[in-house]
Amino acid sequence: MFDLDRWEEIFDTIRKNKLRTFLTGLSVASGIFIMVILLGFGQGMQNGIQKQFQRDAANRISIWPGVTAIEYKGLNPNRRIQFKNSDYTLAAQKYSDQLAYKSPLYRIWGGLVSYGKESGNYRVEGVLPDYQFLENAEMLDGRFINHLDFQDKRKVAVIGNKVKTDIFKDKEEVLGERIEISGINFIVVGVYTDPGGEREESRVFLPISTTQQVFSGGNNIDNLSFTLPQEENFEAALATSQSFIKNIEQQLKQKHTVAPEDESAINVSNSLEHAKQIYDLIFIIKTFFWWVGIATIFAGVVGVSNIMLIIVKERTKEIGIRKALGARPISIIGMVLQESIFVTAIAGFLGLITSMLLLELIGPYIQTDFIVNPTVNFNVALSTVIVLIVAGGIAGFFPARRAARIKPIVALRDE
Amino acid sequence: MIEIKNLHKSYRTGTNALHVLKGIDFSVKEGELVAIMGSSGSGKSTLLNILGMLDEADEGSYTLDDVPIKNLNEKIAAKYRNKFLGFIFQSFNLINYKTALDNVALPLYYQGIGKKERTERAYAYLEKVGLAQWATHLPNELSGGQKQRVAIARALASEPKVLLADEPTGALDTKTSYEVMNLIQEINDEGKTILIVTHEEDIAQMTKRIVHLKDGVIIDDKPVKQVRALAHV
Repeated sequence: MFDLDRWEEIFDTIRKNKLRTFLTGLSVASGIFIMVILLGFGQGMQNGIQKQFQRDAANRISIWPGVTAIEYKGLNPNRRIQFKNSDYTLAAQKYSDQLAYKSPLYRIWGGLVSYGKESGNYRVEGVLPDYQFLENAEMLDGRFINHLDFQDKRKVAVIGNKVKTDIFKDKEEVLGERIEISGINFIVVGVYTDPGGEREESRVFLPISTTQQVFSGGNNIDNLSFTLPQEENFEAALATSQSFIKNIEQQLKQKHTVAPEDESAINVSNSLEHAKQIYDLIFIIKTFFWWVGIATIFAGVVGVSNIMLIIVKERTKEIGIRKALGARPISIIGMVLQESIFVTAIAGFLGLITSMLLLELIGPYIQTDFIVNPTVNFNVALSTVIVLIVAGGIAGFFPARRAARIKPIVALRDE
Repeated sequence: MIEIKNLHKSYRTGTNALHVLKGIDFSVKEGELVAIMGSSGSGKSTLLNILGMLDEADEGSYTLDDVPIKNLNEKIAAKYRNKFLGFIFQSFNLINYKTALDNVALPLYYQGIGKKERTERAYAYLEKVGLAQWATHLPNELSGGQKQRVAIARALASEPKVLLADEPTGALDTKTSYEVMNLIQEINDEGKTILIVTHEEDIAQMTKRIVHLKDGVIIDDKPVKQVRALAHV
């Protein structure tokens, strides 16, 4: 292996047979290239989905009313259910020792928010202080709605970063500025950012008490959001949340005279269940990409052995000459194998490096919510290359052995 | 130098067995220049291949330089070929992507000789065949005669006991043939044992002994008065 003469002999052969070497190399390099890009995008998809998922607290439970589907206790179906403040207080009090964060929400659709000449339509939502943590919102500036805002029904607003850049343009200091929401003045007390991105940042939060009062909401609410305390074990957390949902759903149905089996009157969304679905989905996607990647590598190996067979065929005469001149079978095997492994290795690493460079270069520029920062684990990629080289070596061994068994007399026979 | 007794060889093609050599007894002393003649199918090439350890006999004994050649595995056959024999082929069989010099150096590579010495010795043999200035050329840049002379240099490079030439002039015109034969005669003059398979009478007349083969047996084996090739060049 470390015989300098052997290497010189191999480099000589490679130099004199550029096309053949190039073709072998190309099949290997492209196999690795495709594999790495696929794995990179698999990872990118996982990153993207996970980021989407971070926009709200991971264990958030949302409950919102709908329309009844079943006749119950003399009441007609298609009756719209409306949550009231009392629904929230009841739940909040009854389960206060089970809940981490809790907040009702009263929403004004298409609230017109304006500052000076700039204006835009955003979701305007009346909430309680806890809602910051339910939303996973992080303050960039100022503060979120607090208890005093709620108590005193203050006209204060917390705006998303997108809203800020939209209506305040380049203005840096926006705290204390007066904005108009559907004709009523509010003072900006905070700017937040949300990992969910622009869509989640296009909102304005107000104290729920103020919202209900100034936008004629009475004591209506649209939505109840809760989180349960964190638990170590995902399965346990899921079970706790499911039992909590069962209880609260039952309670709300009872209060609003809804049939226990009515599925459409009270809607519940449990992020943990979504999380489970999403992790399952990610697992399926990654498994698929791995499968495709392995198939690609396999095709690469088949390609290498195919080319090796052709090489041996093409070199039959040369091998015959070498044997007539005194080449031992082992040296023929060594020559063919070492050349193929060398070419496979160089091409494999070349494919690895170019694909990783490509991922590094274009990865940050991919602007879609579903693919974020596609990268590939270097160790995984490296082991793929090694697997390919070993497989290429094994695939090359049989043609090499066949080459060594060629009888010089057969090889040298004139056609 | 070469001692063969009762050599038999048959080839199997499908259900038919073709008996090519039917008991050859033959010996060559050191320094001889022997032509093996015969029409095609007479078994002359088969005989040469067995002598060259490129093929194996079914029956009979073969001794080369007092070494019995039998039950060879590939490894030992390769070693013996490298040590005892130099081959010259009708179609030259140079490796086409190697320069003349590298082609001549190849048997030395398989003897495990270092690069520097290999190159020096190969160059010396190229000089001997008069092609030193063509050392860095590829075979396809050389004429037929030049190619054969490179092949002869290569056959000589490993300093073998015996040179085996299979129709060495078969692919050459008359003038070039005589030039190649002149070279072969010169090498023989230095004491090298050479066997030539040929079907050309004039080439055979340039050796010292002609063996006639017909249908797998030697029908005639007699010394001849050597015609020097130089006179015809």
